[in-house]
Amino acid sequence: MIFYILKRLLYAVPIALGVTLVAFMLVHLAPGDALNAIAPADAPADVIEALKAAYGLDRPLPVQYGLWLWRAVQGDLGTSIASGRAVAGEVLGAVSNTLMLAGVASLVGVLVGCVLGALAGYKSGSAIDRLATVLSVVGVSIPHYWLGLVLTIVFSITLGWLPAMGAGSDGSAAWLWDWQHLQYLVLPAATMSVIPMGIITRTVRALVAEMLNKEFVVALRARGLGEGAVFRHIAKNVAPTVLAVAGLQVGYLMGGSILVETVFSWPGTGFLLNTAIFQRDLPLLQGTILILCMFFVALNLVVDILQPLIDPRMVRA
Amino acid sequence: MKIALSMPVSAAPALPGAAPLITTPIVSPGYWGTVWAQLRRDPIAIAAAAVLLLLVMAALLAPWLAPADPYKASMIKRLLPMGSAGHWLGTDELGRDLLTRLMYGGRLSLLMGVVPVAAAFVFGTSIGLFAGYVGGRVNMLIMRTLDIFYAFPSVLLAVAIAGALGPGLSNSLLALTLVFVPQVVRVAESVTTQVRALDYVEAARMSGASAFSIIRVHVLGNVLGPIFVYASGLLSVSMILASGLSFLGLGVKPPEPEWGLMLNTLRSAIYLNPWIAALPGAMIFITSIAFNVLADSVRSAMELRT
Repeated sequence: MIFYILKRLLYAVPIALGVTLVAFMLVHLAPGDALNAIAPADAPADVIEALKAAYGLDRPLPVQYGLWLWRAVQGDLGTSIASGRAVAGEVLGAVSNTLMLAGVASLVGVLVGCVLGALAGYKSGSAIDRLATVLSVVGVSIPHYWLGLVLTIVFSITLGWLPAMGAGSDGSAAWLWDWQHLQYLVLPAATMSVIPMGIITRTVRALVAEMLNKEFVVALRARGLGEGAVFRHIAKNVAPTVLAVAGLQVGYLMGGSILVETVFSWPGTGFLLNTAIFQRDLPLLQGTILILCMFFVALNLVVDILQPLIDPRMVRA
Repeated sequence: MKIALSMPVSAAPALPGAAPLITTPIVSPGYWGTVWAQLRRDPIAIAAAAVLLLLVMAALLAPWLAPADPYKASMIKRLLPMGSAGHWLGTDELGRDLLTRLMYGGRLSLLMGVVPVAAAFVFGTSIGLFAGYVGGRVNMLIMRTLDIFYAFPSVLLAVAIAGALGPGLSNSLLALTLVFVPQVVRVAESVTTQVRALDYVEAARMSGASAFSIIRVHVLGNVLGPIFVYASGLLSVSMILASGLSFLGLGVKPPEPEWGLMLNTLRSAIYLNPWIAALPGAMIFITSIAFNVLADSVRSAMELRT
């Protein structure tokens, strides 16, 4: 087991390094360079040179990458060109907002998906099975930014029950777990939860239906085990795959929250990415992408390590 | 199975005057023929295909069918509700006919759904075949490099590439293609590696077949099916992502009609005329659900045979 964890950790290191390289280089794909955002187009040559030196843009690319990586490891992601504040601080504040949104959405989506998928798997061909099938197709087909818009139209504009955008009446300064703040979370989280809900329902349904046909289930029943005990056996066999799928989904929601955050003006990483892209704030763009991807890499690692705890056979595979 | 096999043999001689039928070989419909026959009997697949055909026709024939000019704005006709005289689906924030713009919008939206998947299909299959066939260290190198792109959630990767390259149609097509290529490579590589180890490929190599003809005859035939199934599932993802990029302002630029962009510009009007703002997104939803339903049917039809 320890050997397995070490192997996984070692495997994650080159991936993480590769991600830093891609996050760094992506920004240099851009036509023009970082200076466009700070220096006016008619700035004299010596001013541009001075600015280049100040931001370290006059060095060769590999050196820039090395320096950037060295500082990033120490928690310094540079200074935002647009706001003049430290990128690390801005990203961390936004990440906590996104994490809250994506966390609640995945929790709801995974729970509903598991229950619905298990029911559909048990009662194959029934009305609830058909409902689950329809829901899972809708879940993967729906453009969720549009679903957010429709929910806003229904619950905010027509019914007036919930606020349409933002994360709090006081300008999102401090988040509290009371209704005053929670009401802002309902619509974006509901919108986001549809994606994992559809995929988890489909996965659980297929797995449970498959398990029910396995010989070990027949054997358990033949030995006189109650349905509850049989279900525990099935759940244990289904859990590792569901965990892997759910882990991926949490990562996708974190990274893909930009669309839902834009619809609801949620002050998370998506909002930050938007600012960074349209104001050509390259340090902010690099920093946000880097943090989100590192989160995804870490999440995959956690899933890889958790899986064999549920199913020890995986260590040998 | 047994009954089906013996049926034609035992039934044929019983028919008087049907002797010539036995001597002519029974023409097998072939793999794709049976898949096609399977799909033709699937009402859900037919319905999805019909919806897609309708959308494609509406987009292609928009210049002849559309009731108005997609770019003609009118200050006095802004945000008319659905069912207005002369404007069945109302007008947008600049007074342009919405039905017309939805029909024209299908051109770019469908194109942006199909082109990245097709491009990823071609490039991804080529890279995957190469990596899987060559094997060894080269394969390791290619696949481990692509693992890095797997560490990016796809929406984030698309937004990051499109954002770095700058807004525009071709940049968002490029961004989406780059998102899909690693996924297709992974499918192609794993099937190629499996097929390559089979005895008949070994036999072909022993008999002196070149690498090219082995790939063309033996490997490609096995690899295309799974990749086709995988790519068909990507179509709706591509549609949603492409329109999403336009929605964020990273795709098509105004005043081009495109569903994602229309969703973005009409969003400012949701307090004045909410349901009109929902229409372009409904088009994306219908198209993507039709793509997914059809892809599911194709998948189950193909798995029945393999």
